[in-house]
Amino acid sequence: MQSADIYIGPEPHIEVHKYYGGVVPATVLVALLLQAFFPVHFHWASYIELPLLVTLYFALSKRNPSSGLLLGMVVGLLQDSLSRTPLGLYGVAKTLVGYFGSSIGARIDVEHPIFRFFLAAGFYWFHHAVFALTSQALLAQRNESYMNGSILIGSLVNATIAIGLFPLLDRFRKRS
Amino acid sequence: MPPIASRHRPLILLAAVVGAQILLLAVQIKRERQVRLIRVWSVELISPFQRAFSWTFLGAEHGWGGYIGLRQAQRENEAMRAELDRLKVRNAELESKAKEADRLAALLTFRTAHPEAPMLAAAVIGGSPDAGSQVVYINRGSRDGLRRDMGVITPDGVVGKLLAVYPDTSQVLLLSDKESGVGALLADTRTQGPVKGNGEPLLSLDYISVDDKVAVGEAVLTSGQDRIFPKDLPVGTVVDAAPDRKSPFLKIRVKPAAHLDRLEEVLVLQTRQDMNLKKETETAAAPAASAAAGDAPTVPATVAKAPSSGH
Repeated sequence: MQSADIYIGPEPHIEVHKYYGGVVPATVLVALLLQAFFPVHFHWASYIELPLLVTLYFALSKRNPSSGLLLGMVVGLLQDSLSRTPLGLYGVAKTLVGYFGSSIGARIDVEHPIFRFFLAAGFYWFHHAVFALTSQALLAQRNESYMNGSILIGSLVNATIAIGLFPLLDRFRKRS
Repeated sequence: MPPIASRHRPLILLAAVVGAQILLLAVQIKRERQVRLIRVWSVELISPFQRAFSWTFLGAEHGWGGYIGLRQAQRENEAMRAELDRLKVRNAELESKAKEADRLAALLTFRTAHPEAPMLAAAVIGGSPDAGSQVVYINRGSRDGLRRDMGVITPDGVVGKLLAVYPDTSQVLLLSDKESGVGALLADTRTQGPVKGNGEPLLSLDYISVDDKVAVGEAVLTSGQDRIFPKDLPVGTVVDAAPDRKSPFLKIRVKPAAHLDRLEEVLVLQTRQDMNLKKETETAAAPAASAAAGDAPTVPATVAKAPSSGH
């Protein structure tokens, strides 16, 4: 009987991007610093979720669920450690974003700005829903909502930012 | 074909990472009363097994304890039953001794009350094997100074007389025997007549004229005419009296004063000398009555009725 090799990974026609050394940690660090900095000085900046956008970007680009979820876990735990939330609350949410973002990125081309807009908006809501679900389940916080005007505004704001941020980060890709 | 673990490696990794973070959260989060969530989960995870184990263990322990307890209770029950039986026997012995002491006290009282009439106490040691004859044997005989035809009494009244005397035992012919008889009189009318046995529990008083008035319950006493018993010892009480169609005399039935069917101790009169029953009325009756609260106390009171009749 002739054996057949099965390919595990992104779709063959979708390109897997690589980045220069230090780009990912530096981007994550900058995103966390800005995330900590902006809301203190700009009230409107509370809608921005830069660590989420960075996680989503590298998950979509690297297209590897394992690395995507690990990156999400690291970013989430760092965000937890800088905030007042218990360690793991953002970690779980961003782990799932990293995993599903990578999975989607491995199957469809997410280079188009419109796709990126909707993906960013959708994952913002998903991230918030996981966060709310975890808070309700573990912290017994019943006031967390899955969808309201603030969430909707946040998703639109971050989706808009993603349209500008993702091409910026594309510049740090290695040339194939 | 790659193994399942390789195909689902990202999913397994995701589950592990998310699970680890949830555990991390559980360690940090405190619920009500400052109990960490990880502790709550641990308790809730373990407690059903603990309850099941505890239920099983306690159930088995309880069942085993119940079985052991039941066995122990059974042993205790058997021991207590044995103890109860032993105590019943002991109680019967003590009751018997107490009654014997009462009877002896009554005898002693009676004897002390009549120092003028020498008496010898004797115990009934046997009865007659012949159902037709009413005799008993006592543990006194000729060595104790007893002779044939001596009277035998109890504090209640006349019992009979010595029919045969042996060195250490004597045979007593009870008043109820067909061959037995005693000279008697009615306490109220002082009418005399012999009292005879019929081989039955009740005696008969003969030769009382139909003209004489005889009341039921009237006392019958010894007349002293038979030269065996002193005068005025109680013989019995009239149970019924009716004319006899075949003779000019009344047919009178008398209930013996002494309990002839359950004799245990008796007194043998060693003389025919009359007793000073008037003296007994004044002195001995009361102590005798209070000394023994059974059959004995009735003796002095019954005896005391005769002198009070004024004859």
